Amino acid sequence: MNLLTQPVGPMHYLLVGAVLFVCGVICMTAKRNALGVLMGIELVLNGATLNFVAFGSRFLRGDSASSLGLDGQLMALFVIVLAAAEAAVALAIALNFYHTHATIDVDDASELKG
Amino acid sequence: MAEYLKTFLPESYAWLAYTAAAAVHVALLFVLAMMIVAVSNWAERKIAGRLQDRLGPTRVGGRFGWLQSVADGLKLLTKEDLVPAGADRFLFRLAPYLCFCASFSVYLALPMASGWVAQPMNVAVFFVLAVAGLEVLGVILAGYASGSKWSLFGGMREAAQVVSYEVPLALCAAIPVMVAGTMDLVEIGNRQAGGFWQWQIFHDPFTFLTFFVFLTCAVASVNRAPFDLAEAESELVAGFMTEYSGFRWSVFFMAEYASMFAVSVLGAILFFGGWNGPLPVASLLGLTCENHPLAGYLGGLLGLCNLLVKGYLGIIFMMWLRWTLPRLRIDQVMTVCLKYCIPLAAAMLLGAMLWCYALPGGLWAAVENFGG
Amino acid sequence: MSVAIQWHSLFFLLMALAACGAALAVVLSANVVRMAFWLVVSLGAVAGLFFLAGADLVGTLQLMVYVGGTLVLLVFGVMLTARQPFVDMRTAPTQWLVAALVGASLLAVLWQAALSVDRWAGRGQTLADRQAQAEPTAAPLGLALVGVRVDKPDQADPRLRDGMAGYLLPFEVISVHLVVVLIGAAHLARAKRRPTSPEPPQTPRTPE
Repeated sequence: MNLLTQPVGPMHYLLVGAVLFVCGVICMTAKRNALGVLMGIELVLNGATLNFVAFGSRFLRGDSASSLGLDGQLMALFVIVLAAAEAAVALAIALNFYHTHATIDVDDASELKG
Repeated sequence: MAEYLKTFLPESYAWLAYTAAAAVHVALLFVLAMMIVAVSNWAERKIAGRLQDRLGPTRVGGRFGWLQSVADGLKLLTKEDLVPAGADRFLFRLAPYLCFCASFSVYLALPMASGWVAQPMNVAVFFVLAVAGLEVLGVILAGYASGSKWSLFGGMREAAQVVSYEVPLALCAAIPVMVAGTMDLVEIGNRQAGGFWQWQIFHDPFTFLTFFVFLTCAVASVNRAPFDLAEAESELVAGFMTEYSGFRWSVFFMAEYASMFAVSVLGAILFFGGWNGPLPVASLLGLTCENHPLAGYLGGLLGLCNLLVKGYLGIIFMMWLRWTLPRLRIDQVMTVCLKYCIPLAAAMLLGAMLWCYALPGGLWAAVENFGG
Repeated sequence: MSVAIQWHSLFFLLMALAACGAALAVVLSANVVRMAFWLVVSLGAVAGLFFLAGADLVGTLQLMVYVGGTLVLLVFGVMLTARQPFVDMRTAPTQWLVAALVGASLLAVLWQAALSVDRWAGRGQTLADRQAQAEPTAAPLGLALVGVRVDKPDQADPRLRDGMAGYLLPFEVISVHLVVVLIGAAHLARAKRRPTSPEPPQTPRTPE
């Protein structure tokens, strides 16, 4: 196959990142379980992180002058840490919702509906 | 090795040489871990017996029951394959293998002698801690997928315990990393070459105390008694493993022993000099790589024996603890973690940091400077 | 040489297929526990991709923090809410259609952007000069977090070099942020005692 004999560049990482991002977006829009929506958010963040790491990788770019270098990896580090924090808060909100409404279905979160 | 094998094959089959070399390395690691599991199984029963003033297995394979592990393994392989009716079949079948993979992947980064490591990484300590923490996912899925509330409780308790103890474990592992200045396990081991006074546990009193906190957290994070609530036989039947029997149970069991050995070896490399013995025998006898490749190999073998002995002493200590101390309750477990281990580890980190700043070179350098 | 490049690309292909396949499985699963499992597989494969790109510290961090921390938290949340009606919730087909259309158009835009820049394709480089560029990242990352950019002198372009600052302030900010988030989450998730609360959540019944 063509891919196996050719070196891998940032483009391939971008393609994978795009697939993860889109899967995350579909999860966020189409899942009724609030935790399913949260899983979509995680996928979206990972797709974006892959992009950062791909552009920051000197190994993939081959010429260090054009890569982000450490900045890409530092961004990835910050994204991972902040994603963990955001998942904790989102889970706390979801569990609060579950305790007060006895359901985790986001379709039932309609009290502010006009 | 791959280059050597490549000379035998035509050019278009060069990939076969790489695959064969990789397969040999994988087989070596796998066999190492499996031997540890088999020997630990036998040792557990013998040590348990002796501590309880009885003999343990004495029939299978001679007077000391050497083949008891083999007999146990055969029995487990031939048991009926049960999946409970209310279980989630796919996750039920998958969970033991998740634990197993996490537990065995740790051996990728553990060096057995200077330079004898499957994948040299400069973030080896971090990798070991990260991958060892992935076992908890297998445990939770096993507890959920069994379809019984006792399994679920056992799984959740164990997950809470392992995840909480990862924090002080990582803090305690960070202290020798800070003293050595690198996360690469091969480097850390090499820095402790010389006599036993070069070992990092004797570097400063804070690192000395850290070892004991590390030991406690390591025992807790592999769920051995006195922290073995997840398998508490008198409370939860067998916790998350209740519905598992036969081969799948043995996979969990292999994962537990493999991680016990892995954290023992990690502790040995971080604190006790790894493959360096108490006296620098290998360099005294001239068994280093500079003299002759074969001499270097023999020196490495000596180092491997040293490391295996240290790791095994760790396992025997954990077994001794299991059959001596009573089990802790879940709230006591969490109290020990949050109120004792974490503050102690943080205080040790601060102390070791100040010591490294004020007295670089360790205790013995400080003593020498004081005298002179 | 060509054999060696093949290995990297082969492993990239395996990890990429695992990541994308598991992400698709997350979307297509109806059972929330299985979704969580496939998410674990996907993020583990993403960690593998990080390792293959030479970012070993970030890959290990992904395994430890994301898979071993965030996902465990998520799975705990799933377990706590896995009562029978909520384990398998299906969405109406029309909503799936709209979501699929949005997803497909977004994917088309992103893929077209990724394939458009020729320089990103990675052609024409041998493994040797790539490996010459790869170097350990743990110590430089740690130093950058406390404000010292050791990779600054390597940057040839002077304008880019001037823009390379240390990351001490963001480090402080996220430390404070994490403390705030922990306190907030603990406060939100505290056990509340109210005289007229709705039915307390029972232990989950056996799932099918």
